[in-house]
Amino acid sequence: MLKPATEQLLLDSAPDEAPRRRHVLDLDDFSREEILGVLDQAEAMRELLGRSIKKAPSLRGKVIITVFLEPSTRTRVSFEQAGKMLSADVINVSGSGSSAEKGESLLNTALTLQAMRADLIVIRSPHSGAPYFLARSLDRTGVVNAGDGRHAHPTQALLDLMTMRERLGDLDGKRVVIVGDSLHSRVARSDVYGLAALGASVVLSGPPTMIPLDLVHAGDGAAALPGVSVECDLDAAIEDADAVIALRIQKERQQGGMLPSLREYTRRWMITDARMRRARPGALLMHPGPMNEGVEIASALAHGPGAQIEEQVTNGVAVRMALLYQLLTGGGEDSSL
Amino acid sequence: MSAAIRIRGARLIDPATGTDARGDLLIRDGVILPADAASGDGALVVDADGLVATPGFIDIHAHLREPGFEDRETIATGTAAAAAGGFTTVCAMPNTEPAIDSATVVDFIHQQARAAGPVRVPVYGAVSRGRKGVELTDMEELARAGVVGFTDDGSPVATGRLMEMALLYAGQLGLPVADHCEDHSISSGLGMNEGPVASRLGLEGYPAAAEESFVARDVAVLALTGGRLHIAHLSTAGGAEIVRAAQARGLAVTAEVTPSHLAMTDAWVLGGHAHAHVGAPLTAAAYDTRAKMSPPLRSEGDRAALVEALRDGTIAAIATDHAPHTFGDKAVPFDEAAVGISVLETALASVMGLVHDGALALPQLVAALTTGPARVLGPAFAPYATLAAGTPADVTLFDPEERWVVDPAAFLSKGKNTPLAGAEVRGRVKLAIADGRIAYDGIGL
Repeated sequence: MLKPATEQLLLDSAPDEAPRRRHVLDLDDFSREEILGVLDQAEAMRELLGRSIKKAPSLRGKVIITVFLEPSTRTRVSFEQAGKMLSADVINVSGSGSSAEKGESLLNTALTLQAMRADLIVIRSPHSGAPYFLARSLDRTGVVNAGDGRHAHPTQALLDLMTMRERLGDLDGKRVVIVGDSLHSRVARSDVYGLAALGASVVLSGPPTMIPLDLVHAGDGAAALPGVSVECDLDAAIEDADAVIALRIQKERQQGGMLPSLREYTRRWMITDARMRRARPGALLMHPGPMNEGVEIASALAHGPGAQIEEQVTNGVAVRMALLYQLLTGGGEDSSL
Repeated sequence: MSAAIRIRGARLIDPATGTDARGDLLIRDGVILPADAASGDGALVVDADGLVATPGFIDIHAHLREPGFEDRETIATGTAAAAAGGFTTVCAMPNTEPAIDSATVVDFIHQQARAAGPVRVPVYGAVSRGRKGVELTDMEELARAGVVGFTDDGSPVATGRLMEMALLYAGQLGLPVADHCEDHSISSGLGMNEGPVASRLGLEGYPAAAEESFVARDVAVLALTGGRLHIAHLSTAGGAEIVRAAQARGLAVTAEVTPSHLAMTDAWVLGGHAHAHVGAPLTAAAYDTRAKMSPPLRSEGDRAALVEALRDGTIAAIATDHAPHTFGDKAVPFDEAAVGISVLETALASVMGLVHDGALALPQLVAALTTGPARVLGPAFAPYATLAAGTPADVTLFDPEERWVVDPAAFLSKGKNTPLAGAEVRGRVKLAIADGRIAYDGIGL
């Protein structure tokens, strides 16, 4: 059972004044206040996670369907666990063995799930923008983006923010370095928007073939990516960093000609102990997983004291609980029979 | 014998004769007569006060989809849509199934077109058998069947060597080779410009360089072979510059641009009629598959350069690249969606925006829809691109001012896919006459 204080937070803190958010597609449309609201709630959820009986009744009777159209363990399990701990019914649909394999379109799959009165669809898709397509196609069911192609991964960004805030306090003015393939990284894009909303600055570092240079230098006045600068030289970029996020290198990028060799990548952009010493004392080292140890992150560091990798995973469940809770209980009741 | 039609009091714009004046137009037996001819008695009179009368528009680039993809369009629906857009001539592209690579398919399309109505349907033959980019088609047989040029559109002419052979062979037949310029070794994504918007959306891009590289290749080959080269759907500033330089060298290269690339940019993929900025939060309207086409909508710099190239004559023709698709072809995530949009019925309104903005003079726009495309097709088409007495009566009448809201459900085309859906536009076709017969009546005669 919940302690009263937490119970109160769970019941009262959901926004019921502002128009209720139905979808979470990226963090680019989250204000600072809304992000902090989720993070505060996630801290309460984290407390629930620490108990021996990890269950609250808040989402009893709600149906969440996860549709994962590319392989994933941590994100899918994290959403499932988050939903189940709040007593929602969570049903998992995967690409193989489902109607998707028989050629049913994503639209028809989603309309079918909506017709079954699913409250929320959590979607992971290899196609950038797939959650936006669902959000405009569905008139009742909410959509949560669990990673779309190389575009966005808002819940990963929220868990990164939660981890950083937990360790560093207010993120205003903090310097975060994102290292690796930010061009193809949905994590990097969402992190940038979340960090910008909280006042942190971001430095993208990595091979120039893997940095969205045209976006950073869009050059028509308004910044296309807020608060972002580029420094390909990691040794320079990492100076005074408060946190370093290493991105996973997809090995097929090397075959695609974007990298001369993994050896060259490792020499220039692997996070090592020596490089971390150039950052601020106590700087955090994060990675969205799964890690290529010895490629983007030195093995010893990945398991060393500054690494937050497992903390990130735990926080991932907490922020997803908070988000599901706010989405499904926030405003007016559904017209249930 | 068809009844005579008198169009009274229109602004007559006839670029072929340099006419831009208020006057009457008299049509009888499929021919334009001197306006003062006495034989106009008893004619159906069309009050054209405030309207513009021009030669029928000529579209040198449309995908009519038949044979093979009749769920997207047929020659009957495609020509009806063309007429509603003011086009009395619409050229069929050969990426059908089977491809237009034999006289049999050419004959079939001509036959379907005759059955459909008065709109003329010249046919492009494929450059390569099955459009596979390996062997030339029987170009002479296709020429005898009446094709107006050759193209593997949808795909580029695969190799420089094949382009060399095609230009030599087609050149000897007096026909142009039209190329869809896309270097697949540079472009990695379909239907999305490489640039800030693509990076913002996490989409693979088709950079301007992929077009420019093949325009340059084709021009270099043309200098080697002679013949006639036509660049289809030019979309980049750099491509326009290469064409301009080639023309200055005296090479026989022409180019076309679509209304879409003149009127829209890649910001339209962000959804919401391009009101979104690349730095603004995305909405659920983002990844608008209705703005997905090949070549992709480009940057504002490219768009402005294309308008300039049209104005200075580098680009001869506005061609629709009408590419209708079914609902399901577009109701998928962006990178799975079919490329191409339905254009015929919005073409005039799209480009009239340039006239209303002062970027282009109306007679120049009319030339790009009539004499320009006729020149690309060759001298046989000149009589269809004038209002001169004694020429075939292909006439389009439009209201340059009328405001209307684009409603794809009302399209005659089967393709309802356009990012202009719901947009208020200005300029509307009222009447299209092909060979003296009314092909589209938006007045209610």
